[in-house]
Amino acid sequence: MDKKLHISVSPHFHAKVTTQSIMLDVILALLPTTIAGVLIFGVRSLAVIAVSVGFSVLSEFVFNKLAKKPMTIQDLSAVVTGLLLALTLPVNIALWEVAIGAIFAIVVVKGFFGGIGQNFANPAITGRVFMLVAFGDVVSAKSFVGKGIVDTTASATPLANMATAPTSMIDLLLGTHAGAIGEVCTVALLLGFVYLLIKKVITFHTPVVFIAVVFLLTLLITKDVNTALAYSMSGGLFIGAIFMATDYATTPTRPWGKVIFAVGCAVITVLIRMYGNLPEGVSYAILLMNILTPYIDKWTEDKPFGGEA
Amino acid sequence: MRFSKRGAHVPHHKNTADMTPIRMDVPSQLLIPVSMHIGRPATPVVKPGDHVDVGTLICESSGPVSSPIYSAVSGTVKKLDNIRVSNGSFCQAVLIESDGQQTVDANIKPPVVTDYASFIEAVKNSGIVGLGGAGFPTAVKLDVKDTSRIQELVINAAECEPYITSDTRTMIDDAQDVVDAVKLFEQYLNVKKVLIGIEANKPEAIKKMQECFKDDSAVTVVTLPSVYPQGAEKVIIKNTTGKVVPAGKLPIDVGCVVCNVTTMASIARYIKTGMPLVEKYVTIDGSAIKKPGNYIIPVGMLISEIMERLEINPDEVGKVLYGGPMMGISVPELDSAPVLKNTNAITFMSEKDAVSPEATQCIHCGRCAENCPMHLTTFAIARAYAKNDAEELRRLRVDICCECGTCSFVCPANRPLVEVNKLSKGVVRDLIAKEKAKEAEKK
Repeated sequence: MDKKLHISVSPHFHAKVTTQSIMLDVILALLPTTIAGVLIFGVRSLAVIAVSVGFSVLSEFVFNKLAKKPMTIQDLSAVVTGLLLALTLPVNIALWEVAIGAIFAIVVVKGFFGGIGQNFANPAITGRVFMLVAFGDVVSAKSFVGKGIVDTTASATPLANMATAPTSMIDLLLGTHAGAIGEVCTVALLLGFVYLLIKKVITFHTPVVFIAVVFLLTLLITKDVNTALAYSMSGGLFIGAIFMATDYATTPTRPWGKVIFAVGCAVITVLIRMYGNLPEGVSYAILLMNILTPYIDKWTEDKPFGGEA
Repeated sequence: MRFSKRGAHVPHHKNTADMTPIRMDVPSQLLIPVSMHIGRPATPVVKPGDHVDVGTLICESSGPVSSPIYSAVSGTVKKLDNIRVSNGSFCQAVLIESDGQQTVDANIKPPVVTDYASFIEAVKNSGIVGLGGAGFPTAVKLDVKDTSRIQELVINAAECEPYITSDTRTMIDDAQDVVDAVKLFEQYLNVKKVLIGIEANKPEAIKKMQECFKDDSAVTVVTLPSVYPQGAEKVIIKNTTGKVVPAGKLPIDVGCVVCNVTTMASIARYIKTGMPLVEKYVTIDGSAIKKPGNYIIPVGMLISEIMERLEINPDEVGKVLYGGPMMGISVPELDSAPVLKNTNAITFMSEKDAVSPEATQCIHCGRCAENCPMHLTTFAIARAYAKNDAEELRRLRVDICCECGTCSFVCPANRPLVEVNKLSKGVVRDLIAKEKAKEAEKK
């Protein structure tokens, strides 16, 4: 029999979950808040999303071509980065700024460090922080204009507004208040969280601990439950805790590592919000903790079965 | 007791679980490699032209860790050849042409077993090796010298690999052999406590074993969760006895002897009949197989001849495995690949399933570490290997990797993690050898 056979090292079976299917799940989980954002802030948010996703994918395509690397746009991770970046931006932002933010996220933060899985900082967050620094006030969470359900010009976000006119609980849950496109609708973000848990894309550790500790610390400092709730449900905490602090490449892998990471994020967030001169601190908190991830991973490494402690 | 449930939910595909093995017609020839076990290759004692019968010694054990080999057919030795085996190396092999008579060797008679020493001697002569797949000479494993060290006998009947049901059939069709084997172990190895670990997906086998041992209070049947790899030695010890074998130690160091259920039954059969291990229950299944089944196949029968008998079209086959898809070894050439002593299944994969999906970059999702039954930080091992960092690989204890394949199975980027672990073990071995050489130089 001169039959030519395939030869390979075991295993010869593979689970159906792939990088692409995981990224698709994240995109699906982001859909509720994306739709909510479009409804709340109007159709212009679609333009922001389209530009952000489009330039993310395009810049990954061009980068891979120029760097002669295997094409990776089909893994959908650039779509996730573009979508996440857009969802953390205000609806009235200049589109060319969005494009530059997306290019920065993909080329500098992801591509230069070796592509998917190799970057140490979350591309979407770093892209946003870059825009905060580069374009100043436009990106910061102070003046968001809405032409959808929220028909306000230059209204203040709940965090900026806390002292003068507290936002109602219903508004916080539904997201009918000023804020970034995808960060306002708490209910929609929770839907995405549940979906990711069911599909086992992420575990509950980081989001639950992150949000709970922010709530408790705020309660401890302000001694007011309503303020603590408002702080927890705005300023990008939910989208950050659910979708960004759970990014595989830039956050710890083991459960206790995730807990440490989440506590760190929460403490830094509250410190920035309470004592810093920025209205919100989720992006910076996650970015700072990204840097510690390799160390946290090492501290929380599993003990090999039957190994010495 | 809390079960260790780390591992993967692999598809079971136990299509043949209710199929009693059918005896395959006598093969036209046998090709018998001298190395079908862990340890030194056996030494051929026959030469071309010699007549052999069923049960005639062909190769004798060549040292303390080795195992004799017997003929499964009557016929004539044609030649001693060198064949390429599945690990790529070459191995001496005896080619026997069958006369179709199946005359049984006149010297076959039950061994006289009266005590520990004669029991171990009998197991040694039976040619039995670890039939779960490992192929370690059973007599060596059972020869613990001081039987008081044995606190528990763990019978490994997890059969966690997809497709394979040969252990399942042993428990159902040869239950009496299993019962007799337990009695032998109780009598000669002074075993006081027996735990039979069976995965929950084999309810019929569990019921049968419970019935068989309902009057023996020493025996407990443990239903294991259907999470691969329950049959990994250290996992089944943990999930039946609760004990953890320290890294780098053997089961006997925590008072356990682990023995595959078919290995046990084969020992009982040899001691009853004197017929050494010459044939196996083999599951024939896989995505290229239209009619899966269990067969009694002589050790040495070529896969190519099995395919002819079962009318398996080679054009529809892309990959052939000794064993199942998780740990199975891929066969390079069908003409020189016989059924071995430790072959419990041959998996035929279709051309479509034969090609492994392309590996993409690690996304650091941690699924490999999360699911590793040995609790290894697999992604860190892969990084250390890429940097050729032998010290780090040793610190990460890649040496205890059982190569079960869970990490590669769950990896969304299809990284060849098991392969990297295997290579990493070599890097650590080199490091240890270098250190030893340095140490010796100092002295």
